[in-house]
Amino acid sequence: MAPKGLDYEHLNENVKKVQYAVRGELYLRASELQKEGKKIIFTNVGNPHALGQKPLTFPRQVVALCQAPFLLDDPNVGLMFPADAIARAKHYLSLTSGGLGAYSDSRGIPGVRKEVAEFLLRRDGYPSDPELIFLTDGASKGVMQILNTIIRGPNDGILVPVPQYPLYSAAISLFGGTLVPYYLEETANWGLDVNDLRNAVSQAQFKGITVRAMVIINPGNPTGQCLSEANLSEILRFCYQEGLVLLGDEVYQQNIYQDERPFISSKKVLMDMGPPYSKEVQLVSFHTVSKGYWGECGQRGGYFEMTNIPPKSVDEIYKVASIALSPNVPAQIFMGLMVNPLKPGDVSYEQFIRESKGILESLRKRARIMTDGFNSCRNVVCNFTEGAMYSFPQIRLPPKAIEAAKSAGKVPDVFYCLKLLEATGISTVPGSGFGQKEGVFHLRTTILPAEEDMPAIMESFKKFNDGFMKQYEDTRGYSRM
Amino acid sequence: MPNPVSVQSINPKVLKCEYAVRGEIVILAQRLQEELKAKPGSLPFDEILYCNIGNPQSLGQLPITFFREVLALCDHPAILDKAEAQGLFSADSIKRAWQILDQIPGRATGAYSHSQGIKGLRDTIAAGIEARDGFPANPNDLFLTDGASPAVHMMMQLLIGSEKDGLLCPIPQYPLYSASIALHGGSLVPYYLDEETGWGLEVSELKKQLKEARSKGITVKALVVINPGNPTGQVLAEENQRAIVEFCKQEGLVLLADEVYQENVYVPEKKFHSFKKVARSMGYGDNDLCLVSFQSVSKGYHGECGKRGGYMEVTGFSPEVREQIYKLASVNLCSNISGQILASLVMSPPKVGDESYESYSAEKDGILKSLARRAKTLEDAFKSLEGITCNKAEGAMYLFPRIKLPEKAIKTAEAAKTAPDLFYCRRLLNATGVVVVPGSGFGQVPGTWHFRCTILPQEDKIPAIVSRLTAFHKSFMDEYRN
Repeated sequence: MAPKGLDYEHLNENVKKVQYAVRGELYLRASELQKEGKKIIFTNVGNPHALGQKPLTFPRQVVALCQAPFLLDDPNVGLMFPADAIARAKHYLSLTSGGLGAYSDSRGIPGVRKEVAEFLLRRDGYPSDPELIFLTDGASKGVMQILNTIIRGPNDGILVPVPQYPLYSAAISLFGGTLVPYYLEETANWGLDVNDLRNAVSQAQFKGITVRAMVIINPGNPTGQCLSEANLSEILRFCYQEGLVLLGDEVYQQNIYQDERPFISSKKVLMDMGPPYSKEVQLVSFHTVSKGYWGECGQRGGYFEMTNIPPKSVDEIYKVASIALSPNVPAQIFMGLMVNPLKPGDVSYEQFIRESKGILESLRKRARIMTDGFNSCRNVVCNFTEGAMYSFPQIRLPPKAIEAAKSAGKVPDVFYCLKLLEATGISTVPGSGFGQKEGVFHLRTTILPAEEDMPAIMESFKKFNDGFMKQYEDTRGYSRM
Repeated sequence: MPNPVSVQSINPKVLKCEYAVRGEIVILAQRLQEELKAKPGSLPFDEILYCNIGNPQSLGQLPITFFREVLALCDHPAILDKAEAQGLFSADSIKRAWQILDQIPGRATGAYSHSQGIKGLRDTIAAGIEARDGFPANPNDLFLTDGASPAVHMMMQLLIGSEKDGLLCPIPQYPLYSASIALHGGSLVPYYLDEETGWGLEVSELKKQLKEARSKGITVKALVVINPGNPTGQVLAEENQRAIVEFCKQEGLVLLADEVYQENVYVPEKKFHSFKKVARSMGYGDNDLCLVSFQSVSKGYHGECGKRGGYMEVTGFSPEVREQIYKLASVNLCSNISGQILASLVMSPPKVGDESYESYSAEKDGILKSLARRAKTLEDAFKSLEGITCNKAEGAMYLFPRIKLPEKAIKTAEAAKTAPDLFYCRRLLNATGVVVVPGSGFGQVPGTWHFRCTILPQEDKIPAIVSRLTAFHKSFMDEYRN
């Protein structure tokens, strides 16, 4: 019989190269254990609602009304929904061309894109063109679209931070490009040095790679650092000099847990720099409804904004977007609501502010609890989570532990994380899933478990970790940077 | 300074791919629409009628009430506890919402789900597939996606490693296939549907094209079949399907069965049979055939395009390949939850005896009967025009009339460096405001010209469309007749 089309040997090699640890080995093992009845605390993915964070009330009211517009005709609707939710539902329905069930413009509903543009103007102080804002089914889809547009083949390199959110490495593998790493410096609060960037580019060029783009994740994932304005200017200047398009992943812009470095967008810094930079540097910025204090991961809503991208390229990107017809309409409404929030005086304003503040304040507390908790553990060093949703402690594994991992056929941090999972039910993602310096190990956990559960979780971790270290330590000392 | 994202330096596969459904004609139509808004009365028509895209609710089709009740309740479960809900929602929609929410961990519809989709919803869909086919479906074979299109892309990614990898596609075809093959760098191996026999699919044609492709060094991996057809509307006869299954088994091809129009069948002499059912009824199981079946919430009688819901059922592949598909799905984390819920509702709608059954059934029948009427009315209208022949729309949502363009028109078009069918469609748009898609967007036998027109405008708009079209066509033929 002839070989079959979906035989493993004949699959697209690029697909086989893809790795995505966030839902990889640890997660699969955790799911298995959960099926066997073990209590698992999933801290492997930034998925707030899965860990008990409640959705904000107002957007859910609006979208429910949009789903079932017959409610708007019912005389009793005011008993169940506040007047401002009813008004907003009517507003968004009027922006659609047939309600939630019709494909919208492939770039997203024009009225919502206009609201995004207005948000950007308020946020940055510079006007935005709705025609250059494309809504997508989650920011990830937007990232993939842009990378697919840039990458022509294996000689195209993309500068990616290490550690990074592995969507970037996965997408680059899938599209057959080359990942050019630049290492963030753990001892300098995960900062980046422009000289490292220059070296990375020269080394790549030496290998025949043309570096086309640079990814920054700000605030960082998994590292949480918030870039300073100076750092951003340096990066933009570097992109100008090297002719790179800057891909600014800013999905955690609402998640800031310190006051020294508030969020500042790449676009604002670029515009502040003035010509020639503001007119020449190509920039694509990404945002989402999945993170922040909204946490609406399941809606799959996002957008990207293009700056200084030539019109013909924009046309091509639009063309590819049109093949998928349109992003899902409910999520577009979530996006509209997120960028066009309630105002003082609105009936639902107080509740909205209370819910939002509650979430952000709690996240800030949890960022601190977790960092301190990790730092109190033996052989664990943890930078403070300045932003985003994760903690990325360094685990200094003793040589005996590394040997044991090798014997078990596991990468050392995978070995550690599996043992942690089996002992405590805490499901994390090993640092190797994000990239790290050779011989240095980490794990990523989220700061999302409920505040009241945190002390017990950190205690459970400490008990496991300190026991593990005792078991594997010897007088030879242990790995360190 | 080099310019990274310019047309000279972007991925050439992006440049190569095309998608006419939202292409040139539509862009022109949008411009005309803006003109009409700015200067009413400035054009020979008062509105643009978008007959280019299968987007029923944008043209006035109403959603199924029961589905929207359940979705609204799932979006805002706080309503479920309120007494007023009893008055606003049907009892069974409340019951179904509770049932669905209980299948979602923490009742959190805002959380990323399992990358294949919520397990309980996949169970429901699998049961729906079994009820439809009489053969079991495994929930682990299901991947819920943001519409059927992303699932098609996933399969393309998996199958295409280089331009040496080919996929047999029908001509004419829905251009998602040609576009995604181009985007992923593969080769489209065309097989021609026979217009003379109602767009028949002959296995002899499949064999011929396969042989030719192989002789050119192409590894043909899969066969795409769209049933009911788009743009062609034919519904395959069961024996035809058996021959296709047999062909795929013999040649080791993956059968990619696009079945998104499975609820849209308008003729009593034809019935939809899923390829899974056909294969299983032939005694073929997972060891015999690699079959991927696509379904969507966008079409049928529900027409929920904007929700982006759908799934693929993948059967007959090894665990190693399974892992790869799962891995690809996991990079995007999951599809939108509301769309997942809707897919489960579509595959498991109200049953006889349910409180909402009567109204659901009336809504569904109303829509399907109306679609059948419109399909016939437009078919007859096209057939009445000089030089136009039109196959019946047995299913789906489109008519694909063939137009025998006069030599003079063809020459005029060519002089303007325009494809003749695009030339005709542009003139049609400018004169009547009706937007259709030129046949060249779907593929056609060289030297023949077609256009695709949806059957979706509301029934009360159809007479106006027909009269405008008829008037335009007559004047076009008067101008260019030999």
